[in-house]
Amino acid sequence: MMAPDAKMAPAGGLENGALGTSFEKVQHAIESVYSDDGVLVLVDMGSAVMTTQMVLEMMPDKKVEMADCPLVEGAVLAAMDAVGNMPMEEIQKDLTSVRTAKKF
Amino acid sequence: MTDSKTVLKVISAVSTKIKEKEDYLTELDKPIGDSDHGINMARGFTAVDAKLPLLEDKDIGTILKTVGMTLVSTVGGASGPLYGTAFMRAGMAVGSKTEISTDDFLNLMDAAAAGVKQRGHAEPEDATMLDAIIPALDAMKKAAEAGKTPKEMLTLGTAAAKKGAAHTAGLVAKKGRASYLGERGIGHIDPGAASFALMVEAATETIV
Repeated sequence: MMAPDAKMAPAGGLENGALGTSFEKVQHAIESVYSDDGVLVLVDMGSAVMTTQMVLEMMPDKKVEMADCPLVEGAVLAAMDAVGNMPMEEIQKDLTSVRTAKKF
Repeated sequence: MTDSKTVLKVISAVSTKIKEKEDYLTELDKPIGDSDHGINMARGFTAVDAKLPLLEDKDIGTILKTVGMTLVSTVGGASGPLYGTAFMRAGMAVGSKTEISTDDFLNLMDAAAAGVKQRGHAEPEDATMLDAIIPALDAMKKAAEAGKTPKEMLTLGTAAAKKGAAHTAGLVAKKGRASYLGERGIGHIDPGAASFALMVEAATETIV
């Protein structure tokens, strides 16, 4: 779309594609796009939140945070910001603007 | 109270029980959840089964931490990180011991309960696994204080866990998918509370 070079990795669902969250999928996804600029993980559903928290707890010296925003709208905004070299902290602030935006 | 070898037997017994009750747990999850608690837990414990032979000469902390890590990596639903955290915190509390006293056991259960609470942010009466864990722990502590044997203590813990699980049927869920149903969830036992009661039951049946 507007940010074709954005480094993004999907990490939803189980290995067999079923509904749920895989610790390893999340971990590998983070590692696959990681750089010192940091990684934002967008989550939806309780298992995703809690599993991602555990993944993050196991990489304390990495710059990774969860972002609390709508999954798709947030991903688009974050990708655009990232490709525009916005620092991670600024992206987090930007994402709060879509958190409560009405859809219609 | 117990040693590494027995802990492995207990975990194996828990796994067998959970897999036997897969359909029951999934049925509990149909009206108020994603209809997958049994499926998820069975998958998790099948993965745990595969790890048990590799843990034969390991200390209790390592065994429990490995179980926890395996569960969070395979269960897939919310009970993955919840039980995963429970076992991992229990393992951290026990450390490298190969034998544990009743006090050690209650200590690791305390750590497990605290882990579940911290991970899921549930409070008592939210209709979650905590509503089975906390009564079970209270009953076991009282039993230990009264000088009961480990078997008696676990038997009382199982009864309390089952009672706690049954009690969740009368509660309006405040956490998880069931919380979206509000009053409509009344009359349904929380699947996580039920699976925890099964775990304690399996442990009781294994300890002589």
